[in-house]
This record gives sequence, structure tokens and C-alpha cells, in this order.
Amino acid sequence: MPTRGSGALDGIACGKETHKCDAGMQDTLLNIEDLKTYFYTFEGVARAVDGVSYRLRDGEALGIVGESGCGKSVSALSTLRLIPDPPGRIVGGRILFNGTNLLELTNRQMRKIRGNHISMIFQEPMTSLNPVLTVGGQIAEAFRLHQGLERREATEKSIDMLRMVNIPSPANRVHQYPHELSGGMRQRVMIAMALACRPEILIADEPTTALDVTIQAQIIDLMLELKEQLGMAIVLITHDLGIIANTVERVIIMYAGKIVEEAPTRSIFRKPLHPYTRGLIRAMLRLGSKIESGRVRLEEIPGVVPSLYDLPPGCRFSTRCPRVMAMCRKEEPELREVDERHFCRCWLTRHGG
Amino acid sequence: MPEDIRKGLFFYTFRRNKIAIAGLVMAVVIVCLSILAPWISPYDPIEQDIKSQYLPPSLTHLCGTDGYGRDEFSRILWGGRVSLMVGVGSVLFGMVFGVSMGILGGYKGGKWDVVVSRFNDIFMSFPLVIFGLLILAILGPGLLKIIIAIGVALTPRISRLARASTLSVKELPYIEAARAVGQGDGKIMLIHVLPNIFGELLVMGTMWIATAIIVEASLSFIGLGVRPPTPSWGSMIRSGLDQLTNAPWLSMIPGLAIFLTVFSFNLIADGLRDIADPRLRGA
Repeated sequence: MPTRGSGALDGIACGKETHKCDAGMQDTLLNIEDLKTYFYTFEGVARAVDGVSYRLRDGEALGIVGESGCGKSVSALSTLRLIPDPPGRIVGGRILFNGTNLLELTNRQMRKIRGNHISMIFQEPMTSLNPVLTVGGQIAEAFRLHQGLERREATEKSIDMLRMVNIPSPANRVHQYPHELSGGMRQRVMIAMALACRPEILIADEPTTALDVTIQAQIIDLMLELKEQLGMAIVLITHDLGIIANTVERVIIMYAGKIVEEAPTRSIFRKPLHPYTRGLIRAMLRLGSKIESGRVRLEEIPGVVPSLYDLPPGCRFSTRCPRVMAMCRKEEPELREVDERHFCRCWLTRHGG
Repeated sequence: MPEDIRKGLFFYTFRRNKIAIAGLVMAVVIVCLSILAPWISPYDPIEQDIKSQYLPPSLTHLCGTDGYGRDEFSRILWGGRVSLMVGVGSVLFGMVFGVSMGILGGYKGGKWDVVVSRFNDIFMSFPLVIFGLLILAILGPGLLKIIIAIGVALTPRISRLARASTLSVKELPYIEAARAVGQGDGKIMLIHVLPNIFGELLVMGTMWIATAIIVEASLSFIGLGVRPPTPSWGSMIRSGLDQLTNAPWLSMIPGLAIFLTVFSFNLIADGLRDIADPRLRGA
């Protein structure tokens, strides 16, 4: 069943209004407002995404970083309304794509958005392709679906796509089956599939996690290259700050279903404000550090992510925060603009960080 | 790679699978013998000859004779027509409905699944023969009606397997990936789910052919199946059971015929599954 936003009819109108009002954000492509995706299970309600808002500009590269279970994948899947229902449901918020609230579209309309305007690639290139269909057939499917092409024409276009993602001898590869390709190749095929209809947005959900380190860089480079070439926006979801550093323009850090910090990539690394972000950065391996030479242990963030069924009162990071105060356990801080375009959800930043 | 080479590859892989070829040869022989029965059977399958009752296999009667002195070999050839038609026909019939129901219930889940699963549960609680009997009692006797009756009786079993396989396939990432490019449910069931559960269904399908042949025998025994003088393998086993100690060949030979048929179909299905699954195609 389609999940609908709270404000049924005024949604689209409102979206356009905010669109106009924001002079600086003229070219907002995707505007997610107060998105709430909950999972209703026997154990209770898991608030996997709890009031997430962000904007994506035309042609922008945005990174979403967080530990497993922080809601980064769920927020991405929610954008395309791919949350399995039951148990999941989008219970609130709006997802405005070019001013249209995706949560108010019918399933049929939504299918025209998926793959055509917003595409997604997944973590598991090994299993994200149907084993009994040729890779060409699977790419061709997107063309036949959204552009109504004939089989022959679609196959030819698939070959072009394979060429675009730098797969050698694409005319042969197009007739091969997924098991005949390596992991990196398969992820390239996935990218070709996702980009077949030239979407405006590509959501990449940990696209390199399952790949060899040497292949990771290739895939990321390819994605950025294609982003420039096709002028699309990318949402790169990852748990690896290292990947984020030289790829995206803006970073969102998520923790337990909420955004805790949002800033241009440069500021995140130069001046991280939230204790969680600082922890993440300190937990990164760096070339030439003492850690590398084995003298010092890599730092970690103590404790584990709180269960989504049983979140602490106040700030969700308070159970693990090294600089926790009494206030943090009572009341949850707001996401405030601390610096220019630098937002942080922490009581510390109120007193100047 | 051009299209025709790929089609050639299909037969090439199949040909390399010697066991599947053996199955294919066996099945072709069995089917041909049954089709050609009117021309090649040495005796009339229903002509009685009281003087030559219970003759053991010999050169004049290759498989001996039964209690009415009818030539067992001719009856096997003629019986094969009925048994093969019932076996293959009813499974195909059951597949069409069972597979569509199973995939629909398994993939859509929710209300669809409740309806499909309860339907299966209710009808699975009847033994096959009783269920077939019930439907046959409504339809009345006749070869086509037997095929429909057994097909309907098999449907919940087929549907259950299809549903179970669908459940495991539907969780795989490529289904989610297909949804992410905007593929509709119907298309996903048709091009992503069906081909991936087909191998399993194919292999089980050959087993169900055997079941169908046996059920037909039981129905014939009660008098709701094929009318008595007309032979079918199942009814031949049944009628031979009384004389199992005196004339064991009367039950054993039709039993062997069923066994060989099912076995050959099974080998073919196994080979086909290996081809249908590109990963198992020997590189």
C-alpha cells in the first residue's frame, strides 16, 4: 500500500512555496522534510529514520555517513519508497522531488520515477543481478520499461551503456551472465543499469563496501566521472569517511535515525563540531600516523549504538559521548546552524563548541 | 556473441550432459512406443483368451498374460498412452494454476498470501486420491476429466512449492534492484521470479508425473478413472496385485514402466535445470 504524507493535498503547493522562498536554494532538486520511517515489529516500534531533513541541489554530490543501523540506508530506500511494508512504513514528512511530493504519488506514478528520474545502486553487486538473465538483458529492461524501446534497439543502447562504464569489449559482455563477471564488473553493470535512463539523481548505497579496496577507488572515480558527464546529483551513502573526503561537496552525519551534523566536506574534516563526528574522524586510519607504525592503537568510539527500540532520553549519543553533560540526558538538542552552512545537533555548540 | 551461437550453446551444453541425453533417449523411446501402440502391439490389448491365463513371459507373449489371457506387452504399450497423457497433462494443468498462485501469494504477501496459503492448506488436508475422487465425482468419468481432476488435486502442492521458492527468491537483492529501476510487480514475477524458481519446479514436476500416474491408477480401481477394459499402467498394477505371488510380472512390468518413465523425465529435468541455470553450465 502506498504510504501517504500527513498533509494530503496541500503538500505539493507547500513544496513549491518553500522552493520559491529560498533564494539561495533555487535549484533544489530533492527536498526531504522531516522524514520519518518506522518499523513496526513484535519488539516494538523501531524509529529507523526519525525526522531527517536535507536538500540536494542539481548536480550536487552529497555524502551520508554513519554506522550500521543509523538509518542511512533506510532514508535512501524511503526516498524511492522501497521500504518493505510491512513491517516498515513512512509515517511522516515529505519527499519533494522537483516540487512533487513522492509520498503522494500512486504506485504507478512512483514506478515512473524509479530508474527514470531517481536511480539507486546497492551494496551487493554479487547478488544484485538476476543470475538467469544476461547483463545486457537486464540493462535493456530499463530502456524497454521507461523508453519503450524494442529489444534490438535496447540491446544496442545497453552496449553503449557498458562502454560508458568502461567495460572492455562491451559487445561480447552484453551477452554474458552475471556469474561470468567479477565483482567490480558487476558493480559497473549495476551503475550502467541505474544510469540507463539518465536519472537526475543517483543514490549509491555503500556501492563499494563489498568490493576489493583496489576496485573501490575505480568505482568511485567512475561514478564521479559519470556525474560530471551526465550532470546528475549523487547521494553517496557510506560508513567510510575516507571515501567521502575527496568525493562529495557536502556531508551529512547520521546517528540513530537522526542527522547530527551537516556541513561542507572541508569543514567536517577541518572543524568537526559534534563529538560523534570527532570520534569518527579519530577512528580513521591515516597515512604516516603513529598508528600505522604500530605504536598507538587506533581510537574507537566506546559503547554500541543504542537499540532503536529503546532510545535514551535526550540526546541519542549521550550514552557514548565523551563530553556528556547533565542536560544531554534530559533534552535533545536541535540541529542548529553553528557556522555558515555548518549544522550541528549538540548542546556544546551553543557555547561556542 | 551472435544470437544463433548462443542458441547452439543450449544444445551443446545439453548434449554434453550424457545423463540427460540418456534420459531423453529413454523418454523418446517410451513416448514413441506408446504413440505407435496401434501399429506395433502384437495383440489386441482387450481381447480375452481364457485358454492362455497367467502365462509367464515368453517369446509369444513378451511380458506374459493376465487373468483374462490378455497380452501384457500390448497392454503396456496401450496403457502408456493413457498414463503418459494423464501424468504429463495433469501436471501441466496443475503447474499453470499452481505456479501462478504460488508466485502471486509468495511475492505479493499480505492478503494475497493468506488467500493462497489457506487455499493450499485446506485442500492439502485431503489425500490426493480423495481430492481427485471428489472432483471426478462432480465432473464425471472420462480421460480429459481425469486429467483435470488430478491437475486440480495437484495444484495446492505445486502452489505450495512455488510459493516457498518465491519467498526465498524475493528476498534477493536483484528483486530490490529491479524494483529500484521502476519495474512493476507483474514483470518482476514474470522475468525475475519465475525463471529463478523454474529449475526446482521442473525437477519436482517429474516427480509429480509419477504421482499423477499412480493416482490415476487408484481412481481407475474405484471405477472413476479409465473404464475397465482400457488399460492404463496404474490399473494394471492394481489388478495384478491379487496374483502377486503367482504372476508377479503382472504388477512388476507396469511398475517398471512407470519407474522408467519417471526416471527418464527426471534425468531430463535435471539436465534442463543445469542448462536453465547459467551458473551450473560447465565453463
